[in-house]
Amino acid sequence: MVRALERKLLRDLWQMKGQVLTVALVVACGITAFVGMRSTYASLERSRATYYAHYRFGDVFAHLRRAPDAVAPRLEALPGVARVYTRVVDYVRIPFEGDPQPPVATLVTLPPDGVAPLNDLRLERGRLPEAGRPGEALLLRSFAERHGLGPGDTLPVVIKGVRHVLRIVGLANAPEFIYPIQPGSLTFDEERAAVLWMERAAIAPALDMEGAFNDVVVRLAPDASGAAVIAALDRVLEPYGSLGAVDRSRQLSDYALSGELEQLRSFATSTPLIFLTVSAFLLNVVLGRLVQLQRGQIATLKAVGYADLEIGLHYLAFVSVVVLLGTALGVALGVWFGRALTGLYGEIFHLPVLAYRLQPGIVAVSALASLAAAAVGALASAWRVVRLPPAEAMQPPAPAVYRPLLVERLGLQRLVPQAWRMVIRELERRPLRTVLSIFAIAIATGTVVLGRFAEDSVSYLLDLQFGVAAREQLDVAFTDPLPERAARELAHLPGVLRVEGMRSVPVRMAADARHRDVVLLGYAEGAELRRVLDQRGRVVPLETDGVVLTTKLAEILRVAPGDSVAVRVLEGERRQVRLPVTGLVDEMFGLQGHLRLAALNRLLQEDPTISGAQLRIEPAREPDVRRRLGLLPRVASVTSQAAERRHIERQMAEAQMVRMVVITCFAAAITVGVVYNNARIAVSMRSRELATLRVLGFSRAEVSQILLGELGMQVLLAILPGMVLGHWLTWLVTSSIDPERYRWPVVIGPASYAFATIVVLVAGTLSALLVRRHLDRLDLIGVLKTRE
Amino acid sequence: MSAAPALARDPPAVLSARALTKIYRMGEVDVHALRGVDFELRRGELLVLLGPSGSGKSTLLNILGGLDVPTAGTVRYGEVDLSGADERTLTQYRREHVGFVFQFYNLIPSLTARENVALVTDIVPRPFAAEDVLALVGLGDRLDHFPAQLSGGEQQRVAIARAVAKNPALLLCDEPTGALDFQTGRLVLATLERVNHELGTTTAVITHNAPIARLADRVVTLADGRIAREERNARPVRAEEIAW
Repeated sequence: MVRALERKLLRDLWQMKGQVLTVALVVACGITAFVGMRSTYASLERSRATYYAHYRFGDVFAHLRRAPDAVAPRLEALPGVARVYTRVVDYVRIPFEGDPQPPVATLVTLPPDGVAPLNDLRLERGRLPEAGRPGEALLLRSFAERHGLGPGDTLPVVIKGVRHVLRIVGLANAPEFIYPIQPGSLTFDEERAAVLWMERAAIAPALDMEGAFNDVVVRLAPDASGAAVIAALDRVLEPYGSLGAVDRSRQLSDYALSGELEQLRSFATSTPLIFLTVSAFLLNVVLGRLVQLQRGQIATLKAVGYADLEIGLHYLAFVSVVVLLGTALGVALGVWFGRALTGLYGEIFHLPVLAYRLQPGIVAVSALASLAAAAVGALASAWRVVRLPPAEAMQPPAPAVYRPLLVERLGLQRLVPQAWRMVIRELERRPLRTVLSIFAIAIATGTVVLGRFAEDSVSYLLDLQFGVAAREQLDVAFTDPLPERAARELAHLPGVLRVEGMRSVPVRMAADARHRDVVLLGYAEGAELRRVLDQRGRVVPLETDGVVLTTKLAEILRVAPGDSVAVRVLEGERRQVRLPVTGLVDEMFGLQGHLRLAALNRLLQEDPTISGAQLRIEPAREPDVRRRLGLLPRVASVTSQAAERRHIERQMAEAQMVRMVVITCFAAAITVGVVYNNARIAVSMRSRELATLRVLGFSRAEVSQILLGELGMQVLLAILPGMVLGHWLTWLVTSSIDPERYRWPVVIGPASYAFATIVVLVAGTLSALLVRRHLDRLDLIGVLKTRE
Repeated sequence: MSAAPALARDPPAVLSARALTKIYRMGEVDVHALRGVDFELRRGELLVLLGPSGSGKSTLLNILGGLDVPTAGTVRYGEVDLSGADERTLTQYRREHVGFVFQFYNLIPSLTARENVALVTDIVPRPFAAEDVLALVGLGDRLDHFPAQLSGGEQQRVAIARAVAKNPALLLCDEPTGALDFQTGRLVLATLERVNHELGTTTAVITHNAPIARLADRVVTLADGRIAREERNARPVRAEEIAW
């Protein structure tokens, strides 16, 4: 049987349905974000773990120049190593007919039976290559699908300068290529990221790797120390040109995937926090109003014998229903969002076992979190309920205390019209509520700003990267370091206007016990195309000797200009030298050291040598230049800066559209939640006053002005702090991104600030219009007759 | 001034107060609402507390009803000392033994007449049926009306029904006709009279309206926080006969 008090609860909820709904929507936004992202994170992580386990993804990886097979047993014998798998991994070009920018494929060898003991692949279509049938290969499925290739098709490749034609016998995916970033590329591009698998015996001669390997995958023994095994591997493999073994966290694909997952997880926590904070505030306001309106009812309930606890729980039940409604809606939307998001990630990563599953724990946590927010919001009101003496039932509430305004106290009241005096007094009378309302609307503004930041930052970054730092049109990477005259030879190609050679070399940089594997970049004398730039786009000069470090790298190594770092070259003779640090540069990507080409060549004790070149060309002749470059055997890859930029922009635009719509809806929900609730409360608390004004002859518009003026003022006051908050939220989000990969500049364009302002103003106006209906229907006589 | 000594034929006291003092602190001044009041409420009687506003009658009623506690003095209900009681005891006392009727009815606007009564019958042992008490106050045909659909007099009678439904030992009414016109007020008084006669509920009515005192078995007049006069009404008149 429904008790009378429960009936009251239901009728109160129905009576305040507009407010119940708007607050529930704010809660729902937070829960949607939480459930959607959190369940996606959990689903992805579970899928990844299953995938890794099923296809025996290794624990430690090492790449080297060349080691004879006889070295393998020595690795097997190292303490802590459970299993070792050696193979050959190399890069080959796929010279598609008419493709000015041929993709570079990672070629991975397979054992005779096609089943790798570690880092196995997942055959998606077709069959494995058969031993003794040269030219058979598996192709990465995403690449094959993008290019309409399948089993039975042929594929041209250039291996060590020699053209081969491979027959595709199957399509595959692999745990080590979930996120296959191509050498020289900033992002994962399905159209260009290719992986080929071939039987080792069939391809080793072409790779000049008979009886040798250049890639090691290790499975650790249970309880083995990864660091110890890495150190031991490095000791054994160093003479064979190892670049240094890494664990999973530094394996390229896993590193990128983990970064994505980590970002998702951090968003899954920070976004709901914003919404739950706002909903706590709204519940505080709504319940505070309810308690104030029902002051007499509460006292009556106490007088007729209801205990404080029963009445307190009655009002807590009110907010619980609101948040549980929001939570239910949020969970439903969150599951939908999570499914969509998981699907989206699935498309990007091709995780084969990708299954979306909503963990009951996530629902429980979201319900608890929203209830906790509700409890925080309701606490003050519930306390007022408990403290209200029952004798109050006998008394009408005391009139609210108003104070003369600051301007009035200063004697300037003539400057403020009567109606605005009422508005400002109302704001002044409840300073905390006013400040909190402004804060909540500022959060909405900031949320929109945050939603737009990625676009602004990326376009800033791209302008800087492609417009100022890299002013070449084509970027050429060589298969091996070449004498400097290679650059001059490129300059002779028709259509090429300028060529600058560049040398890059992997090194391990250390200071005391701290070290990082980074790249040293050598710039040609008088280089104009590639220069060292800081975050603001200023050119950083290079000294004759010494190295300029990425600020983040100097931070990690704890060195400053004037100090020196130990550098061990990870190729060739593997020389070890000390380099003075001459300067720092605040860069946005990666960790590196910059120095003059001559200095780098000196350090490597080599003749003037380059490993790549930047080309400025006649734009009209670009296809021709690319075609000619594609024919050069020592050219590993040609990257068009414009194509790279377009690709990044296209990728961003797709993601950005979805994000914008979602974030704008979220911000609108907050603004409507705050403005509508404040307005409804103001109407109900002050209906008597407003009706009196109408009776005295004020027009509807004048009465609306008093009420809506107050709300408009809150919205206007919120916009500027909202922008500041947006800037801060953006900073917060960017600082959650792995600083060793990216250091996003917080760049927010005027258009974003304008957009945020418009979203909040429109949402505020809509809420005001909703409330305006209530104002227009004010029952003049009825209101004056009822006792407050 | 002390209460008249109980005569042998007087019913026993249900509630007795001794030397009640209530001081409110308003800013920097002490307001003496009650200055040493001795008072008894006897089983089954209909008592009227008369006095101008500010005389302390509401304060006295609040203390008698367990809505407030005295600054000094004692209030006893049977074996229970209410003057030193904690909130729990006072809630229990109000819940099981006292019915209140307020000047402004204090109905819950979101609940119908029947549900307003059910609010009380839900939480007490052995209540009357809501329908029965509403019939008793003459609202048997208005069970499912919301307060906004009822006249002031009808609302007050719902309030009386709500107070009576728990079958209280005491019915305390604070200016029950204060917000009503004369005709309607008389109807409400008749209802109180009926409850007192038919159910034998000990009833105390506060009013500043002297003619209403003719209804009472006993009239206590308060002035300036003290009992100024106490009279026994040998022949109470019926509500219909009263005019003001």
